[in-house]
Amino acid sequence: MTAFDAGPFSRRAWLLSDRPASRLQARLGRAYVAWRRFSANRLALVGMLIIIALLVVAAFADVLAPYSPTIGDLKNARLLAPGAAHWFGTDDLGRDIYSRIVYGSRWTLYVVILVAIIAAPIGLLVGTIAGYAGGWTDTILMRITDIFLAFPKLVLALAFVAALGPGIENAVLAIAITSWPPYARIARAETLTVRNSDYIKAVQLMGASPFRIVLRHIMPLCISSLIIRVTLDMAGIILTAAGLGFLGLGAQPPLPEWGAMIASGRRFILDQWWVAAAPGAAILIVSLGFNLLGDGLRDALDPRSGDQ
Amino acid sequence: MTACIAVEGLEVVFDRFRALKGVSLEVREGESYGLVGESGSGKSTLLRAITGLAPVSSGTITVNGKRLGKTRDKALYREVQMVFQDPYGSLHPRQTVDRLLQEPLAIHGMADGEKRIERALDEVGLGKGFRFRYAHQLSGGQRQRVAIARALILEPSVLLLDEPTSALDASVQAEVLNLLEEVRRRRKLTFLMVSHDLAIITHMCERLMVMQNGEAVETLTASQLIGHRVSADYTRNLLRASEGFVRV
Repeated sequence: MTAFDAGPFSRRAWLLSDRPASRLQARLGRAYVAWRRFSANRLALVGMLIIIALLVVAAFADVLAPYSPTIGDLKNARLLAPGAAHWFGTDDLGRDIYSRIVYGSRWTLYVVILVAIIAAPIGLLVGTIAGYAGGWTDTILMRITDIFLAFPKLVLALAFVAALGPGIENAVLAIAITSWPPYARIARAETLTVRNSDYIKAVQLMGASPFRIVLRHIMPLCISSLIIRVTLDMAGIILTAAGLGFLGLGAQPPLPEWGAMIASGRRFILDQWWVAAAPGAAILIVSLGFNLLGDGLRDALDPRSGDQ
Repeated sequence: MTACIAVEGLEVVFDRFRALKGVSLEVREGESYGLVGESGSGKSTLLRAITGLAPVSSGTITVNGKRLGKTRDKALYREVQMVFQDPYGSLHPRQTVDRLLQEPLAIHGMADGEKRIERALDEVGLGKGFRFRYAHQLSGGQRQRVAIARALILEPSVLLLDEPTSALDASVQAEVLNLLEEVRRRRKLTFLMVSHDLAIITHMCERLMVMQNGEAVETLTASQLIGHRVSADYTRNLLRASEGFVRV
């Protein structure tokens, strides 16, 4: 059973073994089961392919983009229709829209990843601590969360950007600050369902500190539902970032950010529709990709179906 | 023989509900002591109060000569460990057996974990093949064995057993009870065992206390119970109920 290299069938048997012989095998086996459940969902695979394509495009933007994203040919190439030379046409400054979209994928990823890195851990920490500690800690933390939840997201983000000044970094910060409360809610709800279970009691009886229990025993149980929620929120984050860019409070010219590109294409939307349509389609496809991926992850990682 | 666990006038109140009404009890070192009573009689609450899982509102608990304060410290858990009733709920769903057993060692900073884990699994009759399994890959009896291994890995002198076999089917029950008997003999452990099954209590314990509505009804030896030499009506009812069950 341990012969890893003896063909695909025995590798599968090794992964699905009832008696894993090492920590690694147990972990890989679990991951493999989750992957099988995930890959059974065709649409989720499509979503994953879209996200992988986004990553590849962002990584190889230099190679994939035929023109500079910021310097255009003002003399000869203003507002050209899509064609062989410029696949998605050119904008009012003579810049190739295809190249700008390719480079823009970097900014989209930048926003999405930074927001996820900032917001998800804050939400997770606040939610699990509130849920596990209970009492006053819970009340105070959750009222703060409620206050943040009560603000309309885009309006609060606008206020932050207005205070901190426009720019993509501040847009990221503003979105992160407004998107952690739902994660805190989810983490708290998950924590409340497990905090009184016998397996947490058993760890308490080992003499574990509350900090250790939250970090090593409760958080791992909350993470899968959080990953699902964050993935599903990615589309919203992209749209909020694009919305801020569209309002002129996110990315500033000449950054090739998709939302800002739509905003600048708005002026020619009737005669030169491609200027706004191409970045719009890019946002649509990537948002769709994240949503499909999130749905697939929900099936694969759902803690309720995953235990048995 | 000295008292290993001494409980004096213990009261536990949950939101105005008095779950324990001044219960006293004394368990001698190396003894196996049973707590019997119907559901809601407070027997599990007594165990939970000793471990600090239930709030003590008055009374004292002394373990191995040390009086327990308001909060339980880490040192107590090296002397007293507990096995829960439901083996399906007492193992973390996302941790392997290995990880479960490592946790107490890590918390108490105990050395040579590898050896201890292997020894603990051997002791409860689970081989190496079980070490990297998740809880959902184990049967109920195997899970309870893991729970026992986890309780024993800190080498406690007292084991609190909260109906350790009531969630298992009959043949597995016997295996787990025999395992518990065996480790008790080998390690000279003190047991405080809760059960509603009089047969199990008379088999496992030398002395027992009958409880009802959060109060102690009477204290008996196993032979008194077997010989029906009981004084309280409630105990007589319990005996009759358990026999009726056997006849059917």
